[in-house]
Amino acid sequence: MSDLRYLDDVVTLTYDRAKCTGCQQCTYVCPHGVFVMDGNRAVMRDRDACIECGACALNCDFDAIHVRAGVGCAAGIIASWFRGKGGEVSCGPEGAGAGKGTSGGCC
Amino acid sequence: MTGHVTTLAGPVPVVSAKLTARDRLGGWKVRWGIRRYSYTVDPGLYALGAPSDTSPVLVTANYKLSFDALRCRLEGRAAWILALDTRGINVWCAAGKGTFGTAEVARRIEAAALNQVVSHGVVVLPQLGAPGVSAPEVRRRSGFRAVWGPVRAQDLPAFIDGGLRATPEMRRVRFPLRDRLVLVPLEMTAVAGIALAVLVVAAAVAGFGPGGFSLARVLAGVLPLAAVLAATTLAGTVLTPLLLPWLPGRMFSARGFAVGAVAAAFVLPWMPPTYSTLRLAAAALTMLAGSSYLAMNFTGSSTFTSLSGVEKEMRASLPWQVAGAVAAAALWIAGGFVR
Repeated sequence: MSDLRYLDDVVTLTYDRAKCTGCQQCTYVCPHGVFVMDGNRAVMRDRDACIECGACALNCDFDAIHVRAGVGCAAGIIASWFRGKGGEVSCGPEGAGAGKGTSGGCC
Repeated sequence: MTGHVTTLAGPVPVVSAKLTARDRLGGWKVRWGIRRYSYTVDPGLYALGAPSDTSPVLVTANYKLSFDALRCRLEGRAAWILALDTRGINVWCAAGKGTFGTAEVARRIEAAALNQVVSHGVVVLPQLGAPGVSAPEVRRRSGFRAVWGPVRAQDLPAFIDGGLRATPEMRRVRFPLRDRLVLVPLEMTAVAGIALAVLVVAAAVAGFGPGGFSLARVLAGVLPLAAVLAATTLAGTVLTPLLLPWLPGRMFSARGFAVGAVAAAFVLPWMPPTYSTLRLAAAALTMLAGSSYLAMNFTGSSTFTSLSGVEKEMRASLPWQVAGAVAAAALWIAGGFVR
């Protein structure tokens, strides 16, 4: 099966190669192979494969990667509207023992 | 649990790599949404096999489905399993919420006195925990070096045997048919409940027509509607996920629309000849907008969508989906009064 791909030219991922120290964390954590090593620095190989999970930015200790992280989940986005402005988009039940989550399927 | 092993840090419960019939039944039930948010193990350290101070430490979530997926791949091996308190949510989703997070990793390492249990100072984190955990920060806080394990638990034996090294393929998330199939029951049952509620409301509305309320009209109106809603649910929550790679368009709403169109082509010819044109139009709209919306809802279950992408898709699709649903309801009600 070929790779399932989502929309092009839409993600917020930015990468400043000048800040890269070659620690390789981004190449370890990205589940879609967005970053690969080129010599002693990482390069963005496939930006449109990014799912904005935020793993690379969180694990880059050198502030080279930025992304508006969140989950690509329509049910989660709708739920965040009901939670009010600036509501974080995540999935599943809110807080401890808050009962059932959204009907949709994230988690 | 099959007893305890004694460590410098005290007794640690032992778990088996073999899943029991009860484990399998529990896993099957949560896939259907039964007791899904209380399917947990106690957070903390576990021993698998007879681990020593040189055995690897594998970190996971306290969702029992995740915990079981991990241990059942480690038959004949010795390892420590550290279950974080993610409130019974799987690793990837919990990482997105931050409950599978840096602070929790550091806290559990400390609470388990892991530095007294193992001598190597390394914890293996599941790669899909990375949206919530900063490996460099774990090291600063706990002294433990966090190594990223493979995406799939099934690759752990090869990862461990290779000296805690993952191949590029082990690092990639895929979304094969099997992975899509296990999600279908939950998608389907969640929507079937809503469809049933719509049907109950429609049954009440359907009775009214020229000359007041009639039970015959309820049946004549609702039975075809039940078929339409069933087809919509099937199209949006079963067929679209299963056929995902072969459907046209990048947007899920477009893929669902295509399946909805095929569903309509199959279902509409079977509508009773007494069904008004207005109600036929309502049926078609329901299947198109409904399947498209349900397919869009599957973005959250998929492995390759982004927040920005889904927002863009929703801006493009939600307005006409809602308009379609409202129009369908209006046409269906109006259709009860005309021929």
